[in-house]
Amino acid sequence: MSREFLSGNEAFAYGIRLVSPQVISAYPITPQTIVVERLSEMVEDGSLKSEFIHVESEHSALSCAMGANATGARTFTATSSQGLLYMAECLAYASGGRFPIVMMNANRSTALPWNIYGDQRDSLSLLDCGWIQAYAKDAQESLDLAILSYYIAEHPKVSTPFMVNLDGFHLTHTYEIVEVPESGLVKAFLPDYNTDNKIDFENPKNLAFSAGPEHNFVFKYKEHLGVLNAAEIISEAEQKFAPLFGRQYSGLAEAYRCDDADYILITLGTIFGLCSDVADRLRDEGVKAGVLRLRYIRPFPNKEIADIAQKAKSVAVLEKDISFGNEGTVYTNVNSALQKAGINISSLNFIGGLGGRDISEEDIREIFSKLRENNKGKTAVHFIGIEENG
Amino acid sequence: MTEILWHGRGGQGAFTAARILGAAYSFKGENFFALAFPSFGPERRGAPIRAFTKLSDKPIHSRSEIKASDYTVFLDDTLFSQDALSGLKENGKVILNTTKNYDHPHIITIDATSIASEILGLPIANTVMLGTLAALYNSISVSDIEFAIERTMPQKLWNGNKAVVAAAYRALAKETA
Repeated sequence: MSREFLSGNEAFAYGIRLVSPQVISAYPITPQTIVVERLSEMVEDGSLKSEFIHVESEHSALSCAMGANATGARTFTATSSQGLLYMAECLAYASGGRFPIVMMNANRSTALPWNIYGDQRDSLSLLDCGWIQAYAKDAQESLDLAILSYYIAEHPKVSTPFMVNLDGFHLTHTYEIVEVPESGLVKAFLPDYNTDNKIDFENPKNLAFSAGPEHNFVFKYKEHLGVLNAAEIISEAEQKFAPLFGRQYSGLAEAYRCDDADYILITLGTIFGLCSDVADRLRDEGVKAGVLRLRYIRPFPNKEIADIAQKAKSVAVLEKDISFGNEGTVYTNVNSALQKAGINISSLNFIGGLGGRDISEEDIREIFSKLRENNKGKTAVHFIGIEENG
Repeated sequence: MTEILWHGRGGQGAFTAARILGAAYSFKGENFFALAFPSFGPERRGAPIRAFTKLSDKPIHSRSEIKASDYTVFLDDTLFSQDALSGLKENGKVILNTTKNYDHPHIITIDATSIASEILGLPIANTVMLGTLAALYNSISVSDIEFAIERTMPQKLWNGNKAVVAAAYRALAKETA
């Protein structure tokens, strides 16, 4: 183990080097560029034995990763924003083909207006394409997810591609201390990728085929089960990871001071850090505040949300996303979790940070003060700093 | 928490200095935490940029920009105005690379460009300013910075950068003695 001072992008590249995928295909885009640069440098200096394919576009990056994965090779790619949107066609191919590719996505705003700063509209707009989606809170979790993601994605019960999301700049470009594990530990943790879902000249079979209405429906059902099964395998992977690496993760969600909380802020990504600081200060002031971080959005932590929210007076969802004409996509999902569990408390939606706009401590305090107002059963969407839209 | 705000122009290495300072503090031991990040967005050579270093004995959760600093470091005095003083915490200091004199209790000056030109043969003042912090801020020593230079910079840059750190430290230690 060594302690290094790394950015989120660099930490992720260190994690990928430990996993040592056979094929990396990628195209650079801000703010993901550094993960691709570091990996190509590692291949160049011989510290990473991967075939690095610098393709001409994101569409090709994922197509190439699929082709490689279909030979039974472990593969990696990375993208962001418009790059992710450009490869959207291939996202459905990869998940439908059950190719367990790992991709890092640097969360960034989508055009227009053109903007390179961080928000989560890129990945959340592609929530329904059949990929597992995780959201990291810091550089250490980024490195660890680079390792955990392969265990989960490649598990025969899952066999589903895995998108690890890092907040653009706030995580990709922020340096902090990271524990880099020994490669022997990763070898002990992560089994080799073995699959029947590959091109095999001895036992030829059809891959990436057509299926008519009768069978197609069954394939889609099984694809759904694969993503659902990931919840169990995420837990299994983390139980196996903890004694080896000394860090215990908490499955689909991380609860902070939620046990006796009256008011719970539900969010995802790095803003969790500021939210937990504010919760500490509110606790000092006698307010029972808690924060629930959704580590995964697919599979969705329905049960974790219901367990936490059933004792609360009200919940808010803070997200860097808007589904135009309705509300934040995470909020829609959280409300569904509450409704399925028969929990009838007020839930408020706060849209913030679009195009990288700062979310301040005062903004978080304002969210908690809105939660404390008497508004049982009420729902509302607020754009932080712009409008009050009841 | 100790917060250091860096001002420079694209290409002057303000973020590199911010990062080395964070590394120097973090590598002191288990209970030393730092975040270092640039002002986000596209970088253009010569355009004003900022960088941020946060240091604490507890894990740092907030990734927001620094609003009030313990030290505000200017690599380039054309970026300095008296407004910078209002962004300081009580007892905060501005550390200014300049040849001019400022008679102000919260402004520390150093001719970092001359030190860099003499020792490195290049007018790059970023690591010189790390030496000034070693002189002014108790929790960072010259050897902490030397260790971080070795851990984060290519070997060919070690000796020159260590030499400018030591020279800046001597210059300020003399002045503040």
